[in-house]
Amino acid sequence: MSSTDPAPTLQALPSDQLRALQWRFADRFDLTMLIQSVRPVARGPVARLVAAGGRNTHDWTHEKNALLAIYDESGITAAFLEPEFGGFIEGPKNLALALVAFELSWVDAGAATCSLASNLGVAPIHERGTPEQVAHYMPLVCPPHPGDARKPTRVAFALTEPIPFVGVETGLLGGKMRVASWEEDQEPMLHIDKRGRFITNMDFANVVTAAVDSADPRIKGSCIVILEKTDPGLWDSGVPTRKMVHQLSSTCDPVFNQTVPASRIVGGYTIKDGVIIPNYTHSEVIEAVFRRTRVTVGLMTSSKLLSAVEPIIRYQRSRFRGGETGAPGSPRFDLGLQTKQDVVHRLVDIWATGEAGAALGFETARLFDQLDPLDRQKDKIFAEKGLTGRSAMKAMTKIQQDAIECVDLRTQSTDTRDNDRLESLEADPLVQYAILDAQANVFCPACKLWNTGHGATIMREAISLMGGYGITEDCPGFLPHKWMDAQLEATYEGPEAVQRRQLSVTMTNSLFVKQFEVWINELKAINCETPGTGACAVASAMELWLWTVRHLQDATDANGAKLFNSNRHGITFPLADALCWLLASRQQILDVINLGVTGAQDPSVAEELPGTLAFFTDLCHVQAARAAGETARICGEVVFGYINPPGCSCCSSDQQTFLRTRSKIDGCLYGFGIAKDRAANALTTVMIPEALDYPM
Amino acid sequence: MNIIVCGSLVPDPLQTLEPITGPTGPALKNEMMLPSWLDPWAGHALYEASNLAAKNPGSKVYLVSLGPKAKLQQVMMTVAQKVPFELIALDGSAGGFTDAAETAAAIAEAISAIPGLDLNNTLIFGGWESASRGAGATMQIVGERLGITDQFEGVDSLEIQADGSLKIMERVEGGKHQISVCTAPPAVLGWATGNLPEPRNNPQVGMANMRGIMPSLQKAKPSPVTTGDIAFASVSLPSQTRTTQVVKDVPPDQIAAELVAWIRG
Repeated sequence: MSSTDPAPTLQALPSDQLRALQWRFADRFDLTMLIQSVRPVARGPVARLVAAGGRNTHDWTHEKNALLAIYDESGITAAFLEPEFGGFIEGPKNLALALVAFELSWVDAGAATCSLASNLGVAPIHERGTPEQVAHYMPLVCPPHPGDARKPTRVAFALTEPIPFVGVETGLLGGKMRVASWEEDQEPMLHIDKRGRFITNMDFANVVTAAVDSADPRIKGSCIVILEKTDPGLWDSGVPTRKMVHQLSSTCDPVFNQTVPASRIVGGYTIKDGVIIPNYTHSEVIEAVFRRTRVTVGLMTSSKLLSAVEPIIRYQRSRFRGGETGAPGSPRFDLGLQTKQDVVHRLVDIWATGEAGAALGFETARLFDQLDPLDRQKDKIFAEKGLTGRSAMKAMTKIQQDAIECVDLRTQSTDTRDNDRLESLEADPLVQYAILDAQANVFCPACKLWNTGHGATIMREAISLMGGYGITEDCPGFLPHKWMDAQLEATYEGPEAVQRRQLSVTMTNSLFVKQFEVWINELKAINCETPGTGACAVASAMELWLWTVRHLQDATDANGAKLFNSNRHGITFPLADALCWLLASRQQILDVINLGVTGAQDPSVAEELPGTLAFFTDLCHVQAARAAGETARICGEVVFGYINPPGCSCCSSDQQTFLRTRSKIDGCLYGFGIAKDRAANALTTVMIPEALDYPM
Repeated sequence: MNIIVCGSLVPDPLQTLEPITGPTGPALKNEMMLPSWLDPWAGHALYEASNLAAKNPGSKVYLVSLGPKAKLQQVMMTVAQKVPFELIALDGSAGGFTDAAETAAAIAEAISAIPGLDLNNTLIFGGWESASRGAGATMQIVGERLGITDQFEGVDSLEIQADGSLKIMERVEGGKHQISVCTAPPAVLGWATGNLPEPRNNPQVGMANMRGIMPSLQKAKPSPVTTGDIAFASVSLPSQTRTTQVVKDVPPDQIAAELVAWIRG
């Protein structure tokens, strides 16, 4: 490019291939095909139903029910299944399901919830079922092929229960199981008594996996049990929940009072001294299931933010067309509101937040795809060695030390480090499991918390950019629905406090912290090689966050009470929030850097890459500055907020260290405003389609 | 029987299609960035071909596509899930301004190069039109180059009769059809809409197709079709005239009366 050529800028909205490169699945044609299957469903029948007012009732209507067959036909239902049971995607499916949720949520997240809840229902069997349970139920869930008259089995997951004035409770179970009969040499029959609350898919489910606790001395502990609609006893789907969001999913408060054979206990059972002992407690099954499903929820909100960009640009540009002022060809006619800097600046913020959330969400989904096989390997190795409970924890402690060593060796020079040792650690599945597990334990709640919570706030910004139009049914892109839905997404599958609580524990794991230190250095290197991404600001903010966490773990408040304490949510929760900002911004930068590398090798994006890359780099810079600023604010509040004013005396040496570390962030904000201006200008020239590709 | 469908991609019609003058002649602004679809006319031909193959066991469907291979790959992600076929990819322009004769020559050459193809047991399908280049001549030239002179355009149905002959219904003027009987393949059929809906997605078919499609795309032969000797004096979009009225609470009788009046002119 000659020096007179204009700087590359965003020409058109990012193509699918560019997104595939950015989110690192361009080599997976099964996933690309899945997207092309889901998109017409989202932007066709789902969008038409929303446009026709299908969300105006919480009842499960015939029209909503008709979507189920469409999900079946498009391959959405089978995406969860293994190929041997009628699925078509080999291997772990976290990224695949994340992409399904992302595409459906682009139009309506209730549709995504409906689809994913079916997977959730069958997930206990998939994750912990006996071979017989898996072989029996998985093929039933697979949609019938053309010509097959079989009706597909629809599964719901009944965990949460009604508790007066509280809503739901998952830790304590009101659902009970008792021995109904136990003939000699016969399988015990169990009597199940379960009331559910906010159970998704109940209007059409004919199988339920329900969490119950023992109310019988002949059964030990809790379990998940499989109930079928045809089992003897009461199966009452219950009244619909009067929800104001996600109306394209079915939610009810069901009642079950049925008798089933003990073979329905998920994962099976053993009998010892005349007591039925389930092989897995309900908590163990839930842990295996819910660990992954939060990621897709986080991506639902990010999808909404990115989906809002095109309708907002179109609204801004056409705002004054048709009025008496502003003839065709005039800036007022062509650009409309986009002649005003504020509206495009705010749209840059929305887009940047969506990008950061999507980056974090898809990274977490990919992380679980890597982790899943290692997780199973770990379980197998531990089972072979007879390691359970305390002995397993003890073994993991040793593995964690090896993992820290592995992370450390990776950063050392190949000339001086013990390469043989590193090679053996890299080949050790337990070490690799520990490394990824430490990340997943942070990334999963982080993406659920930040993408949905902060996403809901930014979704409000999106609504505000549409003016009064934004809170009408006529608003294109269904933005008002999406705003409301975002709040639900921040709540279900563990509300924000639950995610913060988990983060406050996992973020101080020494193995995670070790990796965090490495990431700081990596971002510094990126800043040297590719300036303009804001990597410097994020790295400095990560240093400040780490310093603050370490400082607070030893520090006390003005009354001498320990500051970093699991019950001091005023300290730990804001730090968890700050970490989320940093992880999202870091991942956004890493994805854009990766896009630059992989995109350069892909001729199909050659034309759009330079401009889009420049624009995405500016979005990274904008988001990095915001993330660094939030971190600086939070860290400052918790470091200084719990000590009395020093009067005229100087700050302590710790405080001076904090101030020096914090001031580095300010020094990294160079060019942030220029980047934001440039990104905002790009929004005034980017080519958008003539019309939205789904109805309004 | 072999059924060879000729069809390529066109830009998503919802996109902003802005003509510009590129280095090699007229083009669309940001053409390579625009999402693309299988040309709908070719799509009808492909679905009819698949249906015909399903009714005639042992038949095989090929899709010969001339387009930028990177864009073809994207389009195939959708098309491959519809019906089983083998792709023969040609890497070249699918733009709306290329010369129909050059395009037809490249396609005919690719068909001739299919290993072991018995042209006497082959039907050549395609769209009688294209959503991007409405020359209306490409399929005829393909047929001529292959020496196939039994050609039918605007086809809406094809029935293979008990004696193996082809009963073909073509659109003619006045909303009528012409029915012809062709004794046997080979024949060229430029399809109109046919009678079949878009097949439902079948991811299993997609996975099976893609195992052949990806290698085909990798070895796609460069086919540098151009605008030939055509000189474009000017290129512009049809002017948009919006006469939409937004009115509410109009009685159905009045709406019907207005429609009838409009139809009668």
